[in-house]
Amino acid sequence: MAFEIGGKSYETDEEGYLSNLADWSPDVAGYMAKEDDCDLTDNHWEVINFLREYYEEYQIAPAVRVLTKAIGKRLGKEKGNSKYLYELFPYGPAKQACKYAGLPKPTGCV
Amino acid sequence: MGNGVKKFMYVNRRAPYGTIYALEGLEVVLIGAAFDQDVCMAFVDDGVFQLQKGQDTAESNMKNFSPTYRALGDYDVNKLYVEKESLEQRGMSEDDLLALTYEDEDDDYKEKPSIRIVNREELADLMEQQDIILNY
Repeated sequence: MAFEIGGKSYETDEEGYLSNLADWSPDVAGYMAKEDDCDLTDNHWEVINFLREYYEEYQIAPAVRVLTKAIGKRLGKEKGNSKYLYELFPYGPAKQACKYAGLPKPTGCV
Repeated sequence: MGNGVKKFMYVNRRAPYGTIYALEGLEVVLIGAAFDQDVCMAFVDDGVFQLQKGQDTAESNMKNFSPTYRALGDYDVNKLYVEKESLEQRGMSEDDLLALTYEDEDDDYKEKPSIRIVNREELADLMEQQDIILNY
């Protein structure tokens, strides 16, 4: 599968995850979010940017439990809970946010 | 440890690249971590190379997944036993290994080392205590 932004084509897998991490740009996240009828706010970007940094450091997309804990530590307790993250990403914080961040689906996520 | 918690040991015996065992084994540990079991890992034979620091896979066309071992602490996998004899046979010591740590929730989130060097006899004792042992 693939989609196009401004004449450039992006490969994805059958679930819409970017095939090549290096293809990612903020426009890609914006495009994917729009397809899901989701408006990206600063709160969304905090999580997306966090995931990209996590992947850069550890070469994996974190499990939800790990993400929640780490967000709480980094961005404050009021954000480190699944209620907050599910409100931002109703399709599942790890799944949906990882997709917008251009990461593969989290390890162990079905 | 509550009811239904079993002691799992994942034994890693192979070099990190060349076969898929090490990466697959690591992924199983990360996935299994969601089930709140009592998990530890053992590194013996060529498995000790998995934890070697300074890995560079550029020439081999494989992803260097050694940074992922550093995430194990976040997944509450913080008992990584490395067999002393295997290290010595390969001319290695603890200094050649990644500095892996975890934060101890029961001790004010103090950072503590995850890697524990054990000799063959100690490792045998540890294996004796497990409910389930998986080899990779």
